[in-house]
Amino acid sequence: MTAAAPNTFRAGPDERGFFGLFGGRFVAETLMPLILDLERAYEDAKKDPAFKAELEHLNTHYTGRPSPLYYAERLTEHLRKDAPAGKGAKVYFKRDELNHTGSHKINNCLGQILLARRMGKTRIIAETGAGQHGVATATVAARFGLPCEIYMGATDVERQAPNVFRMKLLGAELHPVTAGNGTLKDAMNEALRDWVTNVENTYYLIGTAAGPHPYPELVRDFQSVIGREAKEQMLAAEGRLPDTLVACIGGGSNAIGLFHPFLDDKDVAIVGVEAGGHGLDVENGHAASMNGGRPGVLHGNRTYLLQDDDGQILEGHSISAGLDYPGVGPEHSWLRDTGRVEYVPATDREALDAFQLLTRVEGIIPALEPAHALAEVVKRAPRMDRDRIILMNLCGRGDKDVFSVARHLGVSI
Amino acid sequence: MSTSRIDRRFVACAAEGRAALVTFVSAGDPDYDTSLAILEALPGAGADVIELGMPFSDPMAEGPPIQRSSQRALRAGQTMAKTLAMVRAFRAGDRDTPIVLMGYYNPIYSYGNEAFLADAAAAGVDGLIVVDLPPEADDELCIPAAKHGLNFIRLATPTTDDRRLPAVLANTSGFIYYVSILGITGTASPDTSKVAAAVARIKKHTTLPVAVGFGVKTAEQASAIGRTADGVVVGSALVNAIAASLDGDGRATASTVGAVTGLVGELARGARLARVAAAE
Repeated sequence: MTAAAPNTFRAGPDERGFFGLFGGRFVAETLMPLILDLERAYEDAKKDPAFKAELEHLNTHYTGRPSPLYYAERLTEHLRKDAPAGKGAKVYFKRDELNHTGSHKINNCLGQILLARRMGKTRIIAETGAGQHGVATATVAARFGLPCEIYMGATDVERQAPNVFRMKLLGAELHPVTAGNGTLKDAMNEALRDWVTNVENTYYLIGTAAGPHPYPELVRDFQSVIGREAKEQMLAAEGRLPDTLVACIGGGSNAIGLFHPFLDDKDVAIVGVEAGGHGLDVENGHAASMNGGRPGVLHGNRTYLLQDDDGQILEGHSISAGLDYPGVGPEHSWLRDTGRVEYVPATDREALDAFQLLTRVEGIIPALEPAHALAEVVKRAPRMDRDRIILMNLCGRGDKDVFSVARHLGVSI
Repeated sequence: MSTSRIDRRFVACAAEGRAALVTFVSAGDPDYDTSLAILEALPGAGADVIELGMPFSDPMAEGPPIQRSSQRALRAGQTMAKTLAMVRAFRAGDRDTPIVLMGYYNPIYSYGNEAFLADAAAAGVDGLIVVDLPPEADDELCIPAAKHGLNFIRLATPTTDDRRLPAVLANTSGFIYYVSILGITGTASPDTSKVAAAVARIKKHTTLPVAVGFGVKTAEQASAIGRTADGVVVGSALVNAIAASLDGDGRATASTVGAVTGLVGELARGARLARVAAAE
């Protein structure tokens, strides 16, 4: 299904929170008044120069922005070795893994905690999958002196032990969630249940560009600093825009952050990489909602979802705890259907190989999430001409994944 | 709108000077046959209106009892088609007791909204409660439901203030379901004095009956709430009774249906006593 191409891909969402068919505000009545408050507070903040100035100050001095744009020379040469003559695009990384807390998640958390403070909320809750968003949330909560409770699937608690300890060190209270399969979707359900119960004093700091309007919009806006910087940096480095952008997609916040400022640059091809898990042909063995799911409604928005024939949500699977979510941000669903962005899968195995390749060739240990994006770069760069440029969002570092990668490689440490 | 089975039932209860007892069970919990037997036994035990849960994998507003109930039903193979078949089977033997399907939007959307509304109306469903469809999304299902003669029952909550209440009431029919606590089902118990004030507030804006639920577990609570509300909704306590009656493997036993009807009988007596007590 391909909708007619709009004049601009950057105007959404509409006033009701829709990107075409996708998005919206599908929440229980208890939350609705608060969602409307949040929308007003965000509209207000957007117009306030002091809000923007404070966020920029924190981005610079707390997070360490701008993150570098890095030409991965050794990886580029490595991929050219087996490429046909004249092939092998230059590979650049946007290094958001160098941010304070180790991923792009901090960009969004700083923006949202400023909003929470503006709204007079005194308690922060969040869900987390890989723990990156939990760590970033616990970090900003510590920085602003607000109590923080994090919901994390029990399975994820087990496979992300270093991040669990980090959150505790930062003073967050951690709630392991055993409902369902004990992964990100179940953690999000529990966070929503907490929010419904404590709606008066609590701010729900959603970690990805999904959920009810205005979350997809505001998370995207806070993450778009990635793409704005990358555009400027690429013009400075190469005097032109990249030919192709690549980013991994769980909920899709790092991806939309990179993509959004480039959406109307028609010569820039854009590729999102979903978690292919054991392979798209394995039933419930992947987390590629746009390649292996269909539209539905979950967690406050309409979007592509992994679901069975009866509309029951599937758990999905990925080696990466940050990608095994059965849905995706609604703007991605819309970009898929309009054809502006191409979404492809990368399997667990491909991600694991890419993880090891980058570690050896560039001395950068990536998180398993961007290792999926890298798997696509490894496939795509050798097919592109040498004078082409591919820019990948290296959105997280892999320290947290070292133990689970060892386990997958059969190494005991 | 012409009067519906729901309208008639609330009028009849009011004429008897009592609140209606609205009972919730999940369709297919713990299995299709037992669930249908429970459904068929509910009116005789004292249920005035039946809320039948459409099981969903991710019931965001439900506490652990109804989450588990939903999971039991799904594990036993419940589907939307089976839920509608269950209503058809019930309706063949009971032409008067209203049935309200309650659940979340995705299984309906997956079934197809128009097909769902047509099949639900044909099966003998009277109303719908869809937790994650607020008035802002009325064009999705609420307005089409009216065209099929189905009531769309909206939840009002403690966060629904007077400014917002008219929007919540605008396309609501059948009754208003007042959620008596901030939170999920089957957890905290409501403060009955606050509930009475909230019911009075809602009644200033509508002539629809107001039923109150979330956290009502005992006949005493049903009685206290039934003094001011037009209906009392009980759900988690009933699915807990189902859970407690199952064998070690989670299968129904000879006592499962009786466990539910016994509790419904007590609650019905509580709801009936309410106005007697209030009159004294």
